[in-house]
Amino acid sequence: MAADVLDATFAALADPTRRAILARLREGEATVTELAAPFAMTQPGISKHLRVLERAGLVSRGRDAQRRPCRLEAAPLKDAVDWLANYRSYWEESYQKLDALLGELNQNGPDATERDIP
Amino acid sequence: MTSREQGEGLTVRALSGTGLLLTRTFAAPRRLVFDAFTRPELLRRWHGARGWHLVVCEVDLRAGGAWRFVSRGPDGAEMGLGGTYHEVDAPGRLVHSEIHDGWEEGEALVTTVFGERDGRTEMTTTVRYPSREIRDGVLRTPMERGAGEAYDRLAEMLDEMTLKGELR
Repeated sequence: MAADVLDATFAALADPTRRAILARLREGEATVTELAAPFAMTQPGISKHLRVLERAGLVSRGRDAQRRPCRLEAAPLKDAVDWLANYRSYWEESYQKLDALLGELNQNGPDATERDIP
Repeated sequence: MTSREQGEGLTVRALSGTGLLLTRTFAAPRRLVFDAFTRPELLRRWHGARGWHLVVCEVDLRAGGAWRFVSRGPDGAEMGLGGTYHEVDAPGRLVHSEIHDGWEEGEALVTTVFGERDGRTEMTTTVRYPSREIRDGVLRTPMERGAGEAYDRLAEMLDEMTLKGELR
């Protein structure tokens, strides 16, 4: 996928309100009014977050002029989550080797790595 | 959450812009963890995964000192990276630059804080990339995993990875 799409996705996900909006949309379509309800935020405030999510391709708006329901577009989200999962999985595997090494060093006593001290 | 993804508690979060935040707890005092992150003879024993391991590991552990790693992969491919230590404050804090060979324009700044509680170490690492190309490209290459995750795991993974503690 294009790097700028991934970047826009990460930027969109970096905000807790936008993450909460996405979490709400996982349950189904919602209007701006419905989305604003759980937040101490005005509809224009929510709309601003929605525009960021739309630009990142994470949310689309329905054609119904009255309601313009918002819906989750999962593909970019999946790419971003896959990227993070891959990154995490790589380093977790590495850190599990470190866990084993630390266990070994701990067993050898507190001075196991203090080779420079006579 | 599948067991393959769950691991032992490493969390990775995207920060706004082009940053990543990593947190992980280790069952050892931070002095040992700090040593494991800064002593070549220890780094060689754990650094890398999926068949990648260090074949060069040089550390000049002082502010202004240089470090250099070369990792070799399962197919013999090598990847070099290095940088400069900006702050060395054992055993609590380490700040260094990180530059991958051939991508000199993309220097990342890595800040690692080791906190200790009851003999356990809580590591918090912030990685700041100068551009999205570096962040995406550098990290993707050696860790390509192939098939993506099944769509139906998306919600669970999101909960674990980016929404934890932030839902109302």
